[in-house]
Amino acid sequence: MDEKDQEILHLIEENARISVAELAKMVDLSVEETALIIKELEERKVILGYATVIDWTKVTSTETVTAMIDVKVTPKRGVGFDDVAERIYRFSEVRALYLMSGAYDLSVVIEGKTMNEVARFVSDKLSTIDSVISTTTHFQLKKYKHDGVTFGDNDRDHRIVITP
Amino acid sequence: MTAKLKKSIRTSKLVNEIQPSGIRKFFDLATSMDNIISLGVGEPDFITPWVIREACISSLERGYTSYTANAGMYELRVGIANYLRKQFQLSYNPDEEIIVTVGASEAIDIALRAIIDPGDEVIVVEPTFVSYAPLVTLSGGKPISVATTVESNFRLTPTQLINAITPKTKAIMLSFPNNPTGSTMTSEELLEIAKIVEEHDLIVLSDEIYAEMTYDGKHASIANIKDMRERTIIISGFSKAFAMTGWRLGFVTGPADIISAMLKIHQYSMMCAPTMAQHAAIEALQNGMEDVRKMVQSYKQRRNYIVKSFQEIGLPCHNPGGAFYAFPSIKGTGLTSEKFAEQLLLEERVAVVPGHVFGSGGEGHIRCSYATSLDNLKEAVTRIGRFMEKL
Ligand SMILES: Cc1ncc(COP(=O)(O)O)c(C=O)c1O
Repeated sequence: MDEKDQEILHLIEENARISVAELAKMVDLSVEETALIIKELEERKVILGYATVIDWTKVTSTETVTAMIDVKVTPKRGVGFDDVAERIYRFSEVRALYLMSGAYDLSVVIEGKTMNEVARFVSDKLSTIDSVISTTTHFQLKKYKHDGVTFGDNDRDHRIVITP
Repeated sequence: MTAKLKKSIRTSKLVNEIQPSGIRKFFDLATSMDNIISLGVGEPDFITPWVIREACISSLERGYTSYTANAGMYELRVGIANYLRKQFQLSYNPDEEIIVTVGASEAIDIALRAIIDPGDEVIVVEPTFVSYAPLVTLSGGKPISVATTVESNFRLTPTQLINAITPKTKAIMLSFPNNPTGSTMTSEELLEIAKIVEEHDLIVLSDEIYAEMTYDGKHASIANIKDMRERTIIISGFSKAFAMTGWRLGFVTGPADIISAMLKIHQYSMMCAPTMAQHAAIEALQNGMEDVRKMVQSYKQRRNYIVKSFQEIGLPCHNPGGAFYAFPSIKGTGLTSEKFAEQLLLEERVAVVPGHVFGSGGEGHIRCSYATSLDNLKEAVTRIGRFMEKL
């Protein structure tokens, strides 16, 4: 992958809504070249999607509950953890899933409307999977930083208007 | 005796000779208004990287609140020496060739005071940073301004230099990458200058505070040219590269005899640079370079953006190879740079700095700092474009 590709990736990772025209100027390529690079990166599945980081706590009617669940499983012969992982990530409640080293095997991030909903998912769906040995549920209390973005307004520009 | 007369003899002749900074006047106007998009800021828009701030907090927690050695903490001077060797292939001895100063600003001041005798002439290559000429005057010297022009991409030409030299010339002040033009000079171009400097036995004050912000190719230091190290004082600091303007921390390197003369002034006027800032700077040099790289990358992208956008709205702008300023020409509008900047501020609420405040050669241009968010740049370009259409 060449330098310009990476530069473009960094820029759109930070701001997916930046226009191709702006992007092209910043990386010093033509609009056509830039559009082509993005298209290729999408086709090669380097770019997997364009997401928005939203502070849902500011939208009163839409509060959600997020929990991180440590899951211990017995890996199956031949397919290791992949099989059980797939069974878990297919649930739409699952926002993220990672295989971990250490005290447990899978880290599952669940999002639900209420604590009850998450609890029900864990007891009814997750714990009942054959190879799942145990689960430990941690509810998130507050989001300070997510995907590199800090929540809160302390990034104000403190500089005076004109300086040498 | 009238009160007026009394006042006129209260301040020194040297101080009376210098004018208040043109930037100040514009600042007062701009701060009296709100909803301004400012391209008038000569400093990074990044906050000092967290590792550096954290090192300062931790040094305070451990109680490091006393003076340091006059020349600065030894560990920091070693750090600076290593940094200069690694980044710019410059070799300086931390024992006697480096002083940690209160900003590059203090370094400029004590360098001039250490070398100037009354009446000595100092060539100031303009347009340039606002402090040089006044500080030459305050040191008892006479600033001789040489105006570079957009035709030479604001580079000093050998002929210009030769024409400015007189028997009284003691030194020349260079600053590349330049504030406000963003111009850089290559080693080949500096070599021509170096020949003349040597022939006339001058000292070079080379302010290289923007060296990290060199976008096309590598920064060239005149001290790297054969035999120039012995007659060059390099001024630099942490303000720009590490986004540490408010910390007031700079440094200066040069041949031991000049540095020792500068240290005399520094030890009586400043004692030492702020201790907590020095602790932060040690961390900056050790663990801050990745942050510097990211910031420089971002400035470069914004440089590309603003220069192309200016061209699109019909504002001719040479390609600045360094620093974080664009210096487009507004000659086509028929306005003076002061009028242009003032009207732009009043009508479209965009603050830029009129070029003439940076000395001769600056008239007909405006300084636009692109050390601000892309959203601000976009909006500023839209407003400047609209302003130009109305003219
Ligand atoms: C060329 C140049 N030198 C020196 C300085 C002052 O730097 P410091 O903050 O280290 O005093 C500036 C600040 O704008 C500058 O542009």
